[in-house]
Parts: sequence; C-alpha cells; structure tokens
Amino acid sequence: MKSLKYLTSVLAICSATGALANADLQSQIDNPAQWAIQTGDYENQRYSELAQINADNVGDMQVAWTFSTGVLRGHEGSPLVVGDVMYVHTPFPNTVYALDLTQEGKIIWKYEPKQDPNVIPVMCCDTVNRGVAYADGKIFLHQADTTVVALDANTGEALWSVKNGDPSKGETNTATVMPVKDKVIVGISGGEFGVRGSVTAYNMEDGSLAWRAYSMGPDSDILFDPDTTTHLGQPVGADSGTNTWEGDQWMIGGGTTWGWYSYDAEADLIYYGTGNPSTWNPAQRPGDNRWSMTIMARDPDDGMAKWVYQMTPHDEWDYDGINEMILTDQEIDGAIRPLLTHFDRNGLAYTLDRVTGELILAEKFDPAVNWTTGVDMDPNSETYGRPAVVAAYSTEQNGEDVNSTGICPAALGSKDQQPASYSPKTELFYVPTNHVCMDYEPFRVSYTAGQPYVGATLAMYPAPDSHGGMGNFIAWDNIAGEIKWSIPEQFSVWSGALATAGDVVFYGTLEGYLKAVSADTGEELYRFKTPSGIIGNVMTYEQAGKQYVAVLSGVGGWAGIGLAAGLTNPNDGLGAVGGYSALSDYTALGGQLTVFTLPD
Amino acid sequence: MIRQGFSLVALTTGLMVASGVWAESGYTMDDPNIAVSYEEDGRYFTEDDVPTFNVTDDGKVDWLTFSGFRRYHSECHVCHGPDGEGSTYAPALKKSALDMDYYDFLDVVTNGRQRVDAADNSVMPAFGTNLNVMCYLDDIYVYLKARGMEAVPRGRPGSKEAKSDAIREAENACMGT
Repeated sequence: MKSLKYLTSVLAICSATGALANADLQSQIDNPAQWAIQTGDYENQRYSELAQINADNVGDMQVAWTFSTGVLRGHEGSPLVVGDVMYVHTPFPNTVYALDLTQEGKIIWKYEPKQDPNVIPVMCCDTVNRGVAYADGKIFLHQADTTVVALDANTGEALWSVKNGDPSKGETNTATVMPVKDKVIVGISGGEFGVRGSVTAYNMEDGSLAWRAYSMGPDSDILFDPDTTTHLGQPVGADSGTNTWEGDQWMIGGGTTWGWYSYDAEADLIYYGTGNPSTWNPAQRPGDNRWSMTIMARDPDDGMAKWVYQMTPHDEWDYDGINEMILTDQEIDGAIRPLLTHFDRNGLAYTLDRVTGELILAEKFDPAVNWTTGVDMDPNSETYGRPAVVAAYSTEQNGEDVNSTGICPAALGSKDQQPASYSPKTELFYVPTNHVCMDYEPFRVSYTAGQPYVGATLAMYPAPDSHGGMGNFIAWDNIAGEIKWSIPEQFSVWSGALATAGDVVFYGTLEGYLKAVSADTGEELYRFKTPSGIIGNVMTYEQAGKQYVAVLSGVGGWAGIGLAAGLTNPNDGLGAVGGYSALSDYTALGGQLTVFTLPD
Repeated sequence: MIRQGFSLVALTTGLMVASGVWAESGYTMDDPNIAVSYEEDGRYFTEDDVPTFNVTDDGKVDWLTFSGFRRYHSECHVCHGPDGEGSTYAPALKKSALDMDYYDFLDVVTNGRQRVDAADNSVMPAFGTNLNVMCYLDDIYVYLKARGMEAVPRGRPGSKEAKSDAIREAENACMGT
C-alpha cells in the first residue's frame, strides 16, 4: 500500500515538474530498462523497477559477458546504459568506452584524455573516478585533473571542456557530475591539501560558468543570504562562513565536495555534503569551521543556499560529510513527509525534512560508534543539533601530540562514499558500512600549496569486541532509527548497493564477490567471485527483453590503502581472528566489468 | 664511540635472531648500511655516516624512529599504506628504505619519480617544498629502515628516547618556528 502511494506521488511529481528537471535526462531515468545516472535516479535511491531477476531465481544467475577496462587501479562508480549503448569509465587516465549492447559489447568509440600524470600523487587515496553522466545527447566526464568535458554521446567527439580547478594547488576530482536543467553541477576534491571546497554549475550548452558556491568564506563566496538561508530553522546571519574560523584560515579550510549529488524537482533544490576542514589537527583551526561537514540545500539556478545543517562542528576525526543524500517520501505520524536520509562518516544516520531542513532523527547506524553519546534533539537547547562529544575520544580535548585510542569509527567512517540504496517496497535502506576503529594523534603541520596538509597519525583496526570483521551490510529503518538486519563482512563493504523490485539487494565485497541477498531478511541468495575486489556500484538494465546486473571490479581507493596489507591491531589476542587477514591474501589488482543475467 | 656502537648492535642482533626475521628482508643487523656505528646528540649513524635506527633490547626506539612513525603516517601513509607495508598501488617503503641507497632515497623524496606507460600509472610527487616532509626526512628514513628489519613491529612504537636539545633546535630551525 505504501509503495503504491509512493509510486503515484512520484508520477505526480514527474508530470507536474518535468520541465524543471533536465527533461531529457528525467525521461531516460524514468525508463527502468536504462541506468541513465550514476545514482539510479535524482533521488539517489539506487532502486530499479526491473524484476525479471528476483528473489526466487537470482540463485541461477550466470555471467553473460565481461569487459577489461585496461586499467589496474581502484574502480569506483558504475557504467551507464542509455538506449542500446553502455558507457564505461576507468580510473586515471579516465578512458571512456561506448559499448554496443546489440553486438555483445563491441566498442563504438573510445575517448582517452591527455592528462598531466603529476595529478596522480595529488589525489588522496588512489586515482578513482565515480563515472560519467548523461544528458541531452552528451556524456559528461570530470577528469582527475578537474577538466570537465562534454562528449557527443554518439561519436565520443569532445564538444567543450572547462577546467574546474588547479591540480598544482592540490585541487583534483574523483566524483561524477549531476546534470540538472540546463546546468552541470560539479564538485572538487583536495581536503587533504588545504583546498577550499566549492560546488560549481556550468551551462550544459557550452561549458560557461553559471555560478560557484564555496563551502566557507564571505557570504558572496558561499552564496548564503544571512536572512533567508537557515540552519536548523534559524537564519544563519552575516559572515557565517568566516566567523567560526580564526583569521584567514577559511582560505585553506577544506570542506570539499567530492560525494554524490541529489535533486528534488518539486522543491527545486540540489543536495550534497561538504568534507572535513583542513588540517586533521583540530588544535590548528579553533572554532566550528563552518561550513565544513555540512548538508547543503541549494537552488540549482543561482546556487543560493536555502538551508544547511552542520553535522560535525569542529571535526576532530576526519569525518567528511560528503556521503549521499537519499530523497524519499514516507509517512511519519500519519502524514507523508519529504525526507532526506544521510548515512554520515561520523556513524550517525540523519533523517531530515528536505524542504525545511528540520532535523527529524539522528541515530547511530553502527553500535560500535563511541565518539558521541548522540545528537541534542531539543529545539530549545543551546546545543540543539550538536553531537555530544565523549571527552576520552576527543582529539581536541586530549590535545596535540597525544595519541587518542579506541575511537570508533575510524577516519574512513562508519560509511564512506559507497552509496546505499532504498526500496520503496520495504521502506528500508540498504547500507554498505565499515566496522573499523582507530587511534588518532594530531600534531602541528605547516601549509604549502599543492602539498599534503594532514597533521595527524592514524592506526586503524577492526572494531574490538565484535565479530572481528571490518564491515557490515545493514538494512536501516530511517523512521524508527533502527537496524533491521546486519550481515557481518570480513572487510569493509566498499561497493554501492542496488535494490530492485525483484526483492533482491545486490552489493560487492572487497574480496571480489558480487552478492545478492533477500531485501526482507538479508539471507544470501547468490554469490560469484569476480577477478578483483569490488569498490564499484552495482547497476542493472534491460536489453532486448532480458535483465542484466553489472559491476566493476578493481580493488583500490581508500580501502586499498589500509586493507591491502591488513590493518594493525593493537588489541592482539582479543579474538578478532578474521580481521587480521590482509586483503592481498584474497585478491589482486584488476579492472573488469562483469555482466550477469539469467540462463535462457 | 665505536665500541659502544658494537655493543648496541650485538644486543639488537640478538633480539632479531630471536624473532626470526632474517629471511624476510634479506639483510642482517650487522649489515654496514644498518649497524649503528656511533651516536651523536640522540641521532644514530652507520660507519658511512648514514642515519640509522636504534632499538634497545627492551624495545625502546630512538627519537627519530618514533618521530618518523608519526610523520610517515601523516605524509606518506595515504599512498604507501600503514607501517610502510605498501598499498594496492604504491610500493612498500619499508623494503625501499633497505634496498635503496640513502642518497637515492633523499633524491626520490625531494624530486619525485614517474613511471607512466601502458601498464603503470605510478607517480611519486616531489616533496622538496614540503617542510612537513623535508624537515623529517631522516626521521622517516630510519623509521622505514627499522620497519624493513622488523626491528619495530607494526603500529605505534611502545617507548622512545627523549627528544634531544640538538634535535629540537634543528627541527625549529628547519620548520621556521
């Protein structure tokens, strides 16, 4: 019943406001045979109506065909399918292939940009790229060196390109872009290099700049209106992007924007999160460091912020706030509410009203989380909306040159960018998570443009007194604030999930398994070991009446740094047997697309 | 001076034999590129005046090895993995620090190195302008050597020598503080 309501409300939104979204892209998204946007839809639900492969028959699934990308680095993101063409991207050098699905993946065109390899070491944590975007007959690629290029989807010819940042200052890119209306919304990476984060809109037609909104700085830079932009229902006031920083520190303040973006056509707002403030040494940047670690809701036409919410004021643990914002319409206390659900690195899952920015719920989505006792939910409190920090795990209170131990989660968060999915049938979120804790010692560092600006030493290990593994795959109820079921995993789950109308949820593992589980119970229904660890996102499409499921393999990214050699464990002997094993015992580098289907 | 060095070597060598790590690194503690010949103001050197680590029989490390642990995990770890163990795409520096000549090591850190072709996209950046690296080059180098010999286990060194006044003065002069 609820799912029916949901469907009708979505249809109503689409028909009423189709002209507001990018009309072409919205119509491509509405066709479930395609996967026209990295996030599945503008709402970031990663849900498909396809049900040919379902809970009853997924166990029979077989590999249909495979494709080697020719690159041996971490493969994040997923292919797109528009019409009979699949678009596959790679990590640096960011090659794009157009494959003909009517001819078993024959290459129609290949685009390989020329990039200065000096961008490679400036990318924190491997040379990943989270994929291309499609709209109006164009493929949009955002390269590692921050070049945004529009390609003719039919020929691969470059139509325009624009440089979004300067890699010599540490500005790079790993994210996809989001086409909205006549614009392309573009983020930036480099929080570990003292980059000041920003979101930029380029005009889709010619690549000219429409607007840029920084994460911190004067009101004119951050595109805030002191009177109408709100934080937890209150106007932010003047200079909110500078008055919680000391001196000019906001100029190298971080708050980068390398996550996923979502869009609500009815509210006409885009949503994204900002990353950690630079440096990782909190003593060097006193204050709340606004607007790092913040959920932003902006007008796509002019970039003006409607509402914001800072989740982790004055970060002390590198808990970037960039994870995806998943938009749903669900019933709370008898009324259908426009919701935004966000699983933050800091281990808290937030449910907000996406139109007003009202905070509805904030609960831990991993019981291991210990740095906070929870968020103050009393609107009349002076600390409304703030997490209560546990002193023992405060790297600020413990001070510089002190090793704070046993902090959960680790810097890679209870969940990183690996996107969750949502099924309107079960009203559950399916969340790939990390189950890792850390020791963190901050110390003084000096800033040099284009050089790392970190200032902390970290040691990471599996969450103590748990199942010994470093990950869980969970089903989350965003209204009750509860875990419905949880599947322990030996390694962090670094793959984006996919839920389908076939009552199946798919995800990949770092050992390289593609797994299918029951959307209701989490029971495993299928597994297949692909050639390399999976940090890509599972997608699905239909071709000539047949449903396919596809995922990129290619271990790497943040996970490939910590886990390749196995994590250190200072709690030797506590029985966390599985966690000691190194990922290198299970998988090696790779770069391959594996496409699955049911046998004829 | 030299005599003292020898006794230190004997002690640490004894420790290494006990934990049986000879085979892994392929080097022994009496290797001239590893053995401590003399100490000066809290820094340890080989007979060729190349910095090296010193670990006492009860596991106490010299200041530079401890400082190198911290600086490594701030500046190098995001590519080269925890404890010098390497990542999916960058080499294990605990091995490089043993296999490479000290002056070659300094050169690569300072000026960078590229290996970019059909099979590789491997680029080491130039850290020559980064004070957080350049002021602690010897610290990082001796820490990685100690890791390569497994003279310090993975993770944070348990106990350390105090920071000498000479080391503190040199650090302040280099960092400009």
